[in-house]
Amino acid sequence: MIYFDKVTKIHRDGTPALDSVTLKVAPKEFVSIVGHSGAGKSTLLRMLLAEDRPTDGTVFFEDVDVHAVPRSSLHHYRRKIGMVFQDFRLIPHKTAYENIAFAMEAAGRAQEEIDSDVPHVLALVDLADKAWHFPHQLSGGEQQRVAIGRAIINQPDVIVADEPTGNLDPVNTFEIMDILKKINELVGTTVLITTHNKGVVDSLGKRVVTMERGRIIRDDAQGQYVL
Amino acid sequence: MFTTTLKRIATSGGKNFVRSGAVSFATVLIMTVTLLIVGFLIFLSALLSHTLGMVQDKVDVNVYFTTEAPESSILAIKDDLEGLPEVAGVTYTSRDQALQEFKDRHANDELTLQALQELGENPLGASLAIKAHDPTQYEAIVNYLSTDSSTSVGGTDIIDRINYYQNKAIIDRLTAAIKTMEKAGLLVVVLFAGASLIIALATIRLAIYTARDEIAVMRLVGASNMYIRGPFIVAGVLSGVTASIIALVLFYPVAWYMGANLTTYLGGFNLFSYYTSHFALIFGILFGSGVLIGALASWLAVRRYLRV
Repeated sequence: MIYFDKVTKIHRDGTPALDSVTLKVAPKEFVSIVGHSGAGKSTLLRMLLAEDRPTDGTVFFEDVDVHAVPRSSLHHYRRKIGMVFQDFRLIPHKTAYENIAFAMEAAGRAQEEIDSDVPHVLALVDLADKAWHFPHQLSGGEQQRVAIGRAIINQPDVIVADEPTGNLDPVNTFEIMDILKKINELVGTTVLITTHNKGVVDSLGKRVVTMERGRIIRDDAQGQYVL
Repeated sequence: MFTTTLKRIATSGGKNFVRSGAVSFATVLIMTVTLLIVGFLIFLSALLSHTLGMVQDKVDVNVYFTTEAPESSILAIKDDLEGLPEVAGVTYTSRDQALQEFKDRHANDELTLQALQELGENPLGASLAIKAHDPTQYEAIVNYLSTDSSTSVGGTDIIDRINYYQNKAIIDRLTAAIKTMEKAGLLVVVLFAGASLIIALATIRLAIYTARDEIAVMRLVGASNMYIRGPFIVAGVLSGVTASIIALVLFYPVAWYMGANLTTYLGGFNLFSYYTSHFALIFGILFGSGVLIGALASWLAVRRYLRV
């Protein structure tokens, strides 16, 4: 479903970030990409989101070459992917409800659908009582749950989460991972996360890809965090 | 679907405008100042054209005829002149009228009146006062007179003198001055309009700069460029509309005060009556430029941050 074909990225200042990375992700998989800071995990995800172009190699989503999609229709492609970031990236002047509804509005969904789906998703991420709070009135864990709600609202094929628990305490970390796992197991959404939290990876018991200096050095089907 | 999108863009733009209160306030303030400048330029140009009109109205050319000139010939010349496209109007002063005016003018001057009495007959000729639409056209009119065959009766010229040649220097200088003032006025208008447009652009750009992360998030969540840009343009237009209304309201007391107190100093130009009689025009210009500046500046400013 996702296929990185010998992807190389050299930053403009000449430092290599990815060195001929080849990685295949099948539908319904839950993949954790681990490694030290600067190992190239986030860069790999940025390639998938078409936030950045590879210096060499190709990224395929299903049978589409991601970097051949013109900028003007990139948003259609991005609607197939739900994104979660370490720093949440919510729209500050929109409430929790509106942040989630925005993704549906942007996709051009009907108002009736929005009215029925958003409360449902808010309940799923356990935020029904804080629907009308603005991001600054929510804790980090709550903000990340809003972000996950926004990521899943359009029923994407894939959820991509870049260090989703990086800014959270252990309790919130556990909750977030629990939600992601549920989505993966119940809905069948492919999940791709990066993390350097050993506890998170070990408790999952799912596929683990380990990166170092821009290369994949391990790929275990039921992996542990080994570094 | 299209109308839903439009509705969402409008709602979202309105919300943005209200919720980002301080930024919207600053934008509205700057745009109000811009529109006030535009408004003052409208007033200034109205005042300028009023003054120019007044000055131009005072310039004329007088043709003095000899005392023997028959009235019918003079009236024929008057008709000829009135047929010229350059001529705005011709006033005929007969010999008797000229004498009466002379007497009135020297009513306190015994000596002159006595001299006139002793002369026995009317020494003054009839005259035509010619007004042109434009001061530059006097030369052509005078040339026409000197070549026109009807100005001589029985071989003798019936025109005594034309005061154009005496006034020529003054008329030339006045013409040049009016031309310069018009050019300078236009330059000032362009300069101020340009400067205020740039200031408004910079302010809106600053306002949108604070939203750059948000724009990036919208891109990543799958919003199309037009869907992201729309609300900012709506907010920009709302700023423009608000600013133009504030400016129009502010002009009301200013125009009233200036109309009540400065009309005599401005050569009879009443700002208040100008404001009320040209309200539709002023409203149209201010409202239109407010909407245009707001929309254009937002459109340009968001473009920078859509490259994710």
